[in-house]
Amino acid sequence: MEKKEYKSTFISGIIKENPLFVSLLGFCPALAVTKSLEAALGMGVLFTFVLFFSNLLISLLRKLIPEEIKIPCYIIIIASFVTVVKLLCEAYLPELYSTLGVFISLIVVNCIVLGRAEAFSSKNGPVLSMLDALGNGLGYTLAICLIALIREVLGTGMLTFGTTFTFIANANGGVPFKLYLLKGENYGFAFSFFTNPAGAFLVVAIILAILTSIRNKKENKKKVDAKIAKMKGENK
Amino acid sequence: MNILVSFLLAILSYSLINNVVLVRFYGICSFVGVGNKIKSAFFMGLAVSFVIILATLICYPIYYYVLVPAGIGFLDTLTYILVIASLVQVVGLFIKKYSPSLYRSLGIYLPLITTNCAVLGVVSENTASNLDFLSSLANGIGTSLGFLIVITLFAAIRVRLESASTPKAFKGIPIALIVASIMAMAFMGLGGLGN
Repeated sequence: MEKKEYKSTFISGIIKENPLFVSLLGFCPALAVTKSLEAALGMGVLFTFVLFFSNLLISLLRKLIPEEIKIPCYIIIIASFVTVVKLLCEAYLPELYSTLGVFISLIVVNCIVLGRAEAFSSKNGPVLSMLDALGNGLGYTLAICLIALIREVLGTGMLTFGTTFTFIANANGGVPFKLYLLKGENYGFAFSFFTNPAGAFLVVAIILAILTSIRNKKENKKKVDAKIAKMKGENK
Repeated sequence: MNILVSFLLAILSYSLINNVVLVRFYGICSFVGVGNKIKSAFFMGLAVSFVIILATLICYPIYYYVLVPAGIGFLDTLTYILVIASLVQVVGLFIKKYSPSLYRSLGIYLPLITTNCAVLGVVSENTASNLDFLSSLANGIGTSLGFLIVITLFAAIRVRLESASTPKAFKGIPIALIVASIMAMAFMGLGGLGN
């Protein structure tokens, strides 16, 4: 029973309650840093780090924090971890730091972190909170990576690895590794529109519409199945 | 005279060319969430503008005259969020005292300004790119002006969308984002204005 609960807590954040596509939270970084897959992946990792540690600390302190001032307390805890992440990123991944810019600081006001603190880790134990944070962090990372993948491939015609994570470029002999998909020597099907802000809005809108239509279809099927079952029951 | 011209140009650039919502992607949550009431969108925009300008005015001296001399410049995010949260509280109390009707109509939006990334975004941007006081102020004023314009226009478009026949899958947020995309294209056209 307990094992099942752990597993469902972890899984639900990834698909069923995906923070971006289902709960519709955290749009700002999802649109702003998804110009390239690498930047989105970096953002996802930093975000998961902050979410994990703030969820853990809040869940450990949940009985000590007074009810009246809990939101300011959460914000201070989250802001401290964001500062830690910012300093670490500046020291070890300076290219990622300059690519993401202000958006690292803006993790503080990302509604997902505060939302998980309020809705989950203030009511549950540390182990469950950690799993919840990992699930939600992974779900968010996958979501922004999907947006970034579509935008980078359609916008530049290729995937570039190594401009943000320089260790990939170093392993590749000092130049970024490029994977040509929609662009070659004699042809090119890339629209720079998709790397523009307008393209970001469009890609997210279409992904959300596809997901909504899949959900609508599933619901319709459920309704039809229930009706058929009911009619069969009446015939008997 | 020259300073005034460059100040006004900077405001124009921050409000229209580098629009806060459509180009810099701050404050999308409140932009999508505020819905289709023009009046409440306008007042929400006004409240956010007020907080942005005040936060810019307060955070600049705090960073340069307190944090930097004390050698704790890395605590900027933590300090800014505290300043913004208390500002929102003060603004809320002020409005409650002097205009209870406005307070009631703003109601739920007021505490949400703390987590509006436009406020923290502008303040962090000012110190991250080492802007001087006048440019910071221009960034604050321009950003809040841009936010006010876009959020009001967007609410007005969404009123019309209500009566349009939208495909079922696009109802709600997806069509709102498509509208935002078209608005972003329109604002891209203003990009040449700066030259």
